[in-house]
Amino acid sequence: MLKRLHENRPGVARVTITFEGEPLYVPAGETVIAAVMAAGAGYNRTSSISGAHRAPYCQMGVCFECLMEIDGIPNQQACMIQVRDGMVVNRQRGAKELADE
Amino acid sequence: MSKLYDMVVIGAGPGGLAAAVTADKLGLSTLVVDEQPEPGGQIYRSIERSLGQNSQVLGKDYFAGKSLVESFRASGVTYRPETSVWNINKSLNVDLLTAGASQRVRGRQILFSVGAMERPVPIPNWTLPGVMGAASADILFKSSDMVPEGPVVLAGSGPLLLLVACHLVDNGVKPAAMVETAGFREYAKALSYLPKALPCSNYLLKGLQMRLKVRRANVPLYLGCRDLAVIGKEQAEGLRFTYRGEQKEVAAATVLLHEGVVPNLRLSQLLNCAHEWYEPQRYWRPVLDSWGQTSVPGISIAGDAGGIWGAKVAEASGHLAALDIACKLQVINKEKRDRLAASYQKTVDREKLIRPFLDHVFPPNGQVLVPPDDATIVCRCEELTAGQIREAIAQGARDPAQVKGQTRSGMGPCQGRMCGATIAEMIAESCSLDIAQMGSLRVRPPLKPLTIEQLANLELLEED
Repeated sequence: MLKRLHENRPGVARVTITFEGEPLYVPAGETVIAAVMAAGAGYNRTSSISGAHRAPYCQMGVCFECLMEIDGIPNQQACMIQVRDGMVVNRQRGAKELADE
Repeated sequence: MSKLYDMVVIGAGPGGLAAAVTADKLGLSTLVVDEQPEPGGQIYRSIERSLGQNSQVLGKDYFAGKSLVESFRASGVTYRPETSVWNINKSLNVDLLTAGASQRVRGRQILFSVGAMERPVPIPNWTLPGVMGAASADILFKSSDMVPEGPVVLAGSGPLLLLVACHLVDNGVKPAAMVETAGFREYAKALSYLPKALPCSNYLLKGLQMRLKVRRANVPLYLGCRDLAVIGKEQAEGLRFTYRGEQKEVAAATVLLHEGVVPNLRLSQLLNCAHEWYEPQRYWRPVLDSWGQTSVPGISIAGDAGGIWGAKVAEASGHLAALDIACKLQVINKEKRDRLAASYQKTVDREKLIRPFLDHVFPPNGQVLVPPDDATIVCRCEELTAGQIREAIAQGARDPAQVKGQTRSGMGPCQGRMCGATIAEMIAESCSLDIAQMGSLRVRPPLKPLTIEQLANLELLEED
């Protein structure tokens, strides 16, 4: 769905995050949602009513479509958070996680 | 960290940064709070670590922000990135959330420079993965060096749609089509506003150059389109639309929608600032004096949060607001304020001349304001369709709050940011009401989702 323009980025470090159990080795500075979408995730959450697949719409904190579970905490706006080494990221599934919290 | 400031600025885009730099120079203790991890707002997003490889595509309008961000970094301003504001009250207390911890700060004066957002574009299937706001594509490019993979369609109206198309072309992604809702009818109507826009001929020229670039790239262009609908089941597969009475389809994995931008009013509505209806672009904007002062004492606004005027006006209006705030705090007198303001005021006056023309060339498409198809989702969070909203209106709801009470529209995590304006338009149309007389959704704290723990552990001011 998304692709990186430059794989070679002089001076940009790489970090490893885990998405749904799989390691992703990504450039620092990317937002979590961008890194996940560039890895071919397709969607980052299922909706709380119908369970439909959803992906980010605004990328700037308005629409709340990018909600994900980051380091165990649900409802994180993944478009506003940059990747950090060791971060554990999972899709947010419906309202179940909301109720569990 | 201190909790009391002469001025608290919310937003680190051009307006907020300019205000902070000027206030700092005049000796005001200043705090800048911003949700993003880096200064620059959306227009200058990630400017400090922009890749050299991208500088040609981003162009000089983007790098105009570089010196501003540098001045900001060199100043004595306190900067709190990755911080959201979840409440402000009339005592000018500002409740913040940083890294999961809540803290209250107070400003003697507060400046909102929270920018704009893209007008939501509710068309059939716009909730499918692969459908995004056009600005999203630019944000991904600036912040993460990314472009959409697979065929892209741009659809809607507005100068930003064209800019995003150019960035894609420059980045080697040729859009499969540009499907524009504005057309020659709108252009003809806007002609009478052209003479007054001529002093801003640089913008007109830029517009023509962008058109030419998209045309040279052989991107198919459809003007005056209607009945836009995303096609797809689990993921966007294309766009269907009516062009000159004929139904067309373009295949695409990414559909970028845009119908202009509207001011971000969360804070000004929370504080009950007076707002006025701006008919050409059909949005509310706060009523401001020439310095950005709202109807609420202690609250000023700079930049697009006060009405869509663009980055240059935002920057100049930030300086102006800070000068007036310094004057209110008796740090400078009126003569000095006016003297320092002259060049900024000139910029504002000149840059504003282009807007009436742009606002009439690219009016929002009526089918986006009021979605005609009952199956179109209006409230994305609660998954409520236009049909369900119309049903609530048929049962007697006459303002967005009543629709909310009946349907839960606006009660999901986005708190009505994506559906509030559409619902107001739907009520106005269904009941032949004047939208300017209708209320908006009541904005209530917390402005961002907050856990009970974060609320309970709010670190208060000493006197609270």
